[in-house]
This record gives sequence, structure tokens and C-alpha cells, in this order.
Amino acid sequence: MRLVEAIDVGRTVQIPDADPLTILRGIDLTVEAGERVSIVGRSGSGKSTLLNLLGLIDSPTEGELRILGEDAARLRGARRDRMRGREIGFVFQQFNLLPGRTAIENVQTPLLYAGGASFWRRERIAREMLERVGLGERTAARPERLSGGEQQRVAIARALVRRPRLILADEPTGALDLETGGTVMELIEEVAAETDAALVTITHDPAIARRADRHLRLSEGRLVPLDDPVPAGSAA
Amino acid sequence: MNALARIATGFVSAVAEAMEELRIHRGRVLLSLVGVAVAVCALATVVGAGAVAEQGVRETSERGGGRAATATFNVNATTPPEPERVDAAWREVLDRYAVAYGTRLSYGEMLVQFTDGAVAVPVQAVDPAYGIIHRVRVSEGVWFGDADAERLAPALVINEAFWDRLGRPPLATHPTVELLGEGGRTAVVVGVTPRNGEWDTEPTAFMLADAYASLPVPGGTGSSMMGSLLPSFEAWIDRNQADPIVEAIRRDFAAALGDGAQVDAFRTDYAAFGDDPLLFVKLLVVGVAVVILLLGALGLVNIALVTVRTRIREIGIRRTFGATAGRVFFAVLMESVVGTFVAGVVGVGAAILLVRSPLMTMVLGGGELEDLPGFPIEAAVIGLGSAVLVGALAGILPAFAAIRVRVIDAIRF
Ligand SMILES: Nc1ncnc2c1ncn2[C@@H]1O[C@H](COP(=O)(O)OP(=O)(O)OP(=O)(O)O)[C@@H](O)[C@H]1O
Ligand SMILES: [Mg+2]
Repeated sequence: MRLVEAIDVGRTVQIPDADPLTILRGIDLTVEAGERVSIVGRSGSGKSTLLNLLGLIDSPTEGELRILGEDAARLRGARRDRMRGREIGFVFQQFNLLPGRTAIENVQTPLLYAGGASFWRRERIAREMLERVGLGERTAARPERLSGGEQQRVAIARALVRRPRLILADEPTGALDLETGGTVMELIEEVAAETDAALVTITHDPAIARRADRHLRLSEGRLVPLDDPVPAGSAA
Repeated sequence: MNALARIATGFVSAVAEAMEELRIHRGRVLLSLVGVAVAVCALATVVGAGAVAEQGVRETSERGGGRAATATFNVNATTPPEPERVDAAWREVLDRYAVAYGTRLSYGEMLVQFTDGAVAVPVQAVDPAYGIIHRVRVSEGVWFGDADAERLAPALVINEAFWDRLGRPPLATHPTVELLGEGGRTAVVVGVTPRNGEWDTEPTAFMLADAYASLPVPGGTGSSMMGSLLPSFEAWIDRNQADPIVEAIRRDFAAALGDGAQVDAFRTDYAAFGDDPLLFVKLLVVGVAVVILLLGALGLVNIALVTVRTRIREIGIRRTFGATAGRVFFAVLMESVVGTFVAGVVGVGAAILLVRSPLMTMVLGGGELEDLPGFPIEAAVIGLGSAVLVGALAGILPAFAAIRVRVIDAIRF
């Protein structure tokens, strides 16, 4: 199944008292179920902006974008929100954990909007997911008390807890050491494989990028294929 | 999953989310909720105490003027008809209009032998129904029953001062009183009415009208203070159609008495004086309570608005995990409602304790209420209802603020 289909997509933002800023232009991208795609690019190249488009958080200003076969431009209101909650799992660059809530409460949040059995069994589901990311002992801790890497793992558990079909991860290992990063990546891939989900990962880390099936690079607002994710001269 | 279950789950999850939010922001909301609780307590207390006080006012007026609707009928005739004929006509008219409670009423006097001398004691000669129409309370013994008419020795219901003069004998011993005058009689005390205020220090008594009529004229003091030998008549009538029935009784009563007899009729109960003599007090009290509550609501809106602004980013995060705008609206609204509901429960609980406290009952009813009302359900309902309403009103503005922001802007906030 084709989860993402972007044709000539662009994103331009209006800036007060200045010319409009085109962040993305002419993006063509398809992602199939079960596929793993990595995207690299310089800071400010528009990676997070692209991920927001794919995640139905933002809307393109040009081109056509279909997510799970639905025209993103026509997907509005509650239907758009529900589909985002059900089908898409986000790992934000800045984690975006809810302050004041414990780790397990944060992981439960998506299940509050799931309804049915997932809602009623949210605590158990969340606990299992935290155990899988290695935080079974820290369920009652608040994000403020967790290390950066632990916070990132809470964010990952929260993104996966509803078993999304499209996982969008913005530097999911940015705060983790090499070894933990590898373990966490393995976990994300494992959960993705269980549901044949697609995984789009933004990363600066060549080792992480190399785990993907397909490698892309954002540069000057355009998406270009990348044959070898390992930059020249890297020993890895 | 059917639609109903989905809605129910949605409701429960929104409330669960609201409670979690309340817990997180408890510091901020607690103070305004205390305000709401105080306001609800004030409102419920005022409504509850109002009901108790109203009962007090009503009972006092009923003791004087009879229950609603009580009418008094006076017979005027140049040549007074035979008392027996008047009584018979009265009973017949009562029967005709199915009036269950009617009484004769005349004021007189009897000469009573106390241990320290003879005293002329004012007497009200009545029928047993008088006790019901006027809510007469007895602190000892009983009010007249139908059987008292059969007694050879007339029955007396005396006041506390009278009883004091007798040396407060237990009524179980059937204390008797010597009535002086030509062919004096012995009367039996069957009941004692409690003291009715500071001034109630002189002995008085009730006697059944027939018994009183059969008394010999007391020693030279005159038999009536009303200037008429005929008693007046009172009837307790269904208040919903009081006026036509009063008029019909007046007409038929006069007709039955025949030539030249005239009957005046007038209402004496509190309800006859305007629709509701307590309406003004009630409106005033409710007005004050509503102002208190609105002040509480204002504080709540203010705080809720501030908290929502600081939470725009959080709300954006929730939206990315599937919270619809409607869901966010409802959850923010619920936060306010759940909070004020809890505050309402606390407020109503405090109001119940207040109103039921013996001190309050004493202040409100002078401790003399016969039908002491429990805490009125309507006060609890009004208290809780207004708490929820205020919560909903206070929550609507922040709820709109919460959904106005686009998800992408909230995330980048
Ligand atoms: N709504 C907006 N208004 C103005 N500028 C924006 C807006 N959204 C994004 N930008 C700009 O577009 C550029 C791309 O931003 P984006 O966050 O996508 O970069 P990125 O590739 O994720 O960078 P990084 O690797 O540092 O996270 C940045 O210069 C950013 O300031
Ligand atoms: Mg970024």
C-alpha cells in the first residue's frame, strides 16, 4: 500500500514585512508500507517542515499530497485529526513531552483519543511500551527528572503506542549515545515491522541513516536521492 | 463498537483527561474553585435557610391567621337567631362544600380558682378543627379530640402560664381546675400550649365551644368580649378555589339563617395578602447569591484563560496525537465543569452542615418550628446546578481560545 504520495509539493510561508519564504519546492516522494526512508540535510533545510506535511500537521502550499490514499488538501477537521492520531506516530525533534505528567501518562496520551478497548486498557499498553524502550522502572518519573536520552525514549514509546502505519521520526536518536541509539532504532524498526508500518527517519547520524532502505537528502528545498549515506572520508 | 459506546468512551476519556489536567494545574485553579465553593455554599445556605425561615414565617402567620386559605364568617342580625340554629346551619354549609375543617370561635372568660385566689382567665371557645387550622402546638398532653365533646367535665387546653399557676402537674394524672360561679364546674386539663413569646405570662385557655356554651355565666364578668353573643366561624378551604367557595359559603350560610341575617366573610391567612408575601425577601436573597456566584465565575474565567494561553503548545501536542478540535473544546470545558462540580459538592455539603446546625435552626425558626423542613432538595439542586452552569460558562471562553490556534502554530509556539 502506498502510504505517502507527494507530487511537486511545495511549502511557502508568509513572513510579515518581508518576502514570502519558500522552504520546500518540487518535492516528489512515495513511501510504501513497510519501507524505511532516511532523510538527511543541513540544519534549516526544511526537514522538520517536510515531516509536518507528511504528518498532516501542516499543509502544502503547492502540489498534491496523498496520505494513506487520502488527498491531504481535502482532509479536514475531525477526520484529519482522527486519522493523524490513528495512523501516524510522531517522534518530535524536541520530544514535546507534556510537562508535569509522568512518563506513563505521557505515553498514555494518544490512547486517550483512541477510544474503545485501547482507552480502557491504556495503562497496561503504555507500561508495556515503556518496558520495551527500557524505561519499565521509570514509569512514574516526570520528564523534568529524566535525562535527555530517557525523554527521547518516552517520546518514542508515545509515538508507537497506537501502532501507527506511518512513523515519522525527527532525529529520534539525537540525544542518545551510539549504542543506545542503535538499540532504540532497532526497537522502532521492530514495532514498524510488526504492523508493516512505513518509517521516515530524519537523522544526522550516518549509522542511523544507513539502516534505511532508501536514502534521501534535502538541499535548497529539494529532495534528492542519495546513493551512499556515508559521507566521503567517514570511517564508519 | 456502537455509536453509544463510542460516545460514552469519549465522554469518560474527556473527563479523565480533564481530571488529569486539573491535578496538574491544581495550584492555579484551587483558589478560584475555593471561591466557587464559597459562593455555592452561600447560595445553597441562603436558599436552604430561606426555606427554613419561610417555614418559620409561615407557621407564625398560620398560628395567627390560619393556614391558606382560612376565611372567617361573622353573623349580623338585628334579632340574633338561636345559637343552635346557627350551629346547625354552619355544619350544613360545611358539609355542602365538603369543608373538612371548620370551627366556631368566640372569646370569653372564666373564673378560675387557683391556690392563691380566683382569677378571671380569658378563654377561646373553639371546635377541635381550630387546632389544625391554626397549627396549635401542645408541649404537654394533647389538643382536643372528638371524644372530648362527650366528657362530663369540660376539657381545657391551657397555656404555660396557666400550667405554672397550677404547679405544673403531670397531665397523665388528669389535673382538674375549679371553675367558679353559679353551680361551678370542674374542668380537666388535657393539654398545655408552649409559651408564645416574652409577653405570654398571663393564664389563658382553650375550651370546646359546646362545653363553653353550657357553662353557667361566670360571676358577673360578662360572657363575651366581642359584643356579640354569636361566635365567629372559620373554615379552612382549598386555596386554589378559595374565593368562590368563600362567597358560596357566605351566601348559603346567610340564606340558611333566614330573615334579615347577614354574613360577612373575609380571608385571614397570609396567602390572602398578595400572591406571596415572602417573594421580595426571596428575590433579594437569590439576587445576592447570584452576584456572589458571578464574581466567582469571573475569577474562574480569568484564571482559565491564563492557563489556556500557557498551554497552547500542550494542546497542539495533544492534537498531533489525535485530539480533535471538538475533543479539545470539550476537555477544556470539562476541566472547568469538573472543577466547579467538585466545588459545588463541597459548597452544598458545607451549606447542609450550616443549615442543619442547631444554632441556625434556632435563629431561623426561633426553635419553635413544628414542621422543621430538612435541607431542601431544591437548595442542593440549585447549588450544584449553578456550580456546573458557572463552570460551563467559565469554560466556554478558554475552550474557544484553545481550538482557535492551528496545530502547526501551536507546535511551533
Ligand atoms: N512558519 C514559519 N515561519 C517562518 N519561518 C519558518 C516557518 N517554518 C519554518 N520556517 C523556517 O524554515 C526553515 C526550515 O525549518 P525546519 O524546521 O524545517 O528546518 P530543519 O531542516 O528541521 O532544521 P534542523 O535540522 O535544525 O531541525 C528554517 O529556516 C525555519 O526558520
Ligand atoms: Mg528540524
